[in-house]
Amino acid sequence: MPSPKASFGSRVGWIYSYTMSNNSLVSIADYSKEEILAILNSAADFEANPNRKTLDGKVIATLFFEPSTRTRLSFETAVVRLGGSIIGFSDAATSSSSKGETLNDTIHMVSCYADAIVMRHPLEGAARYAAEVSPVPIINAGDGANQHPSQTLLDLYSILKTQGTLENLTICLVGDLKYGRTVHSLIMAMSHFHPIFKFIAPDELKMPDEYKVFCKKNNIPFTEVSELTDNFNDADILYMTRVQKERFQDLMEYERVKNVYTLKNAMLENTKPNLRILHPLPRVSEIDPDVDGNEKAYYFRQAQNGLYIRQAIVSKVLAP
Amino acid sequence: MEKKLKVAALRNGTVIDHIPSDKLFKVVSILHLDTCLNQITLANNLESAKIGSKGLVKISDRALAEDETNKIALIAPNAKINIIRDFQVVEKRPLVLPEEIHEIVQCSNPNCITNHEPVSTRFQVLNNNGETVLKCHYCEREVKLEEVRIK
Repeated sequence: MPSPKASFGSRVGWIYSYTMSNNSLVSIADYSKEEILAILNSAADFEANPNRKTLDGKVIATLFFEPSTRTRLSFETAVVRLGGSIIGFSDAATSSSSKGETLNDTIHMVSCYADAIVMRHPLEGAARYAAEVSPVPIINAGDGANQHPSQTLLDLYSILKTQGTLENLTICLVGDLKYGRTVHSLIMAMSHFHPIFKFIAPDELKMPDEYKVFCKKNNIPFTEVSELTDNFNDADILYMTRVQKERFQDLMEYERVKNVYTLKNAMLENTKPNLRILHPLPRVSEIDPDVDGNEKAYYFRQAQNGLYIRQAIVSKVLAP
Repeated sequence: MEKKLKVAALRNGTVIDHIPSDKLFKVVSILHLDTCLNQITLANNLESAKIGSKGLVKISDRALAEDETNKIALIAPNAKINIIRDFQVVEKRPLVLPEEIHEIVQCSNPNCITNHEPVSTRFQVLNNNGETVLKCHYCEREVKLEEVRIK
């Protein structure tokens, strides 16, 4: 644990102000508007020329304490295309944590070998803690239901690429708005750019109050509805998320909701020409395969954008 | 010989007044008064013009540490703490929540790293539309003041 940087008045031992000792990326809130825009510009450069040797001689550890396909592969591809090397594990069962090693010890051990650590962990707050104890930068690749900042940045990059701007867009967030970390982080990131939000979710999975309070504090207009059909004709971005069965106490309710929140191609008929459909993937049944051929379906290219964003992130955290 | 009630006055020590009646024994618990060997007077369900029904604690020869008064601020923010010396109130200590709370609160999110690893807890004190909430520095979950779990 780093030493307290400052204390206030007589409350020594009670109030501390810490700063991370490195360039870690833990939460999208760690980046200012200017830093976000700089990352997006950098990603555009990497998209134009993804193969460079800027990480020549660098070793990046990918510690995935829970499974991931897209995130791990795109981070590893990003590092390899920049000339760096990868060490790590993709299953906690093959790491020392299965023997009871603390996260603190694992991070200290790995930091002896690697120049930066990309970490996914099932516990919320694990990335913040790792960043505080680590002498090398930590990149949060998802900590439980909390933060997944590289996903948020690739979402922003996808919105920017498809709309030509991030300013004054109408964004519909659909599905699991209660537990979905991607939609929560997207609200925080878009707050810099004067969005209008529409939250479309069943009552069981409505947007938590704290994010509605955040919108009000930041003068972000939003509306809430529970029906999907005909409620996104004014949208620029339709951000779909997976409605997860395990979130429902009543499985009958899940079956009803699951079908109500399935986007079909015919539902896109009256939408704006510039509308693009995003989804963090994997999808299950919330987007019918008949949407895939529609030019408004952008989710696979969105996943590809993750590569360029992760090249930009790794380059930033390792910048001198 | 003149009879005197011991509760009538405190020579030296601390008086915690205006504790909501349903919080009195929580205050007793967080101050570990059950194992305290000093003379202690407890009173509860006293009439109060301000809060209807109140509790009161008098502790002889003990001044509360700052982290103890801050714990009280978390569960009974409108309580009054008076420090007594030679039967006189020498200090009225205001209960003010600091901007950040360190160590004494346990995160209520079972999936928070602080409940699985030896991590000192940290919470930001926030005001959400007039309601005080604590936000965990690690898992970023917010918890209402009345739902706070004190270690």
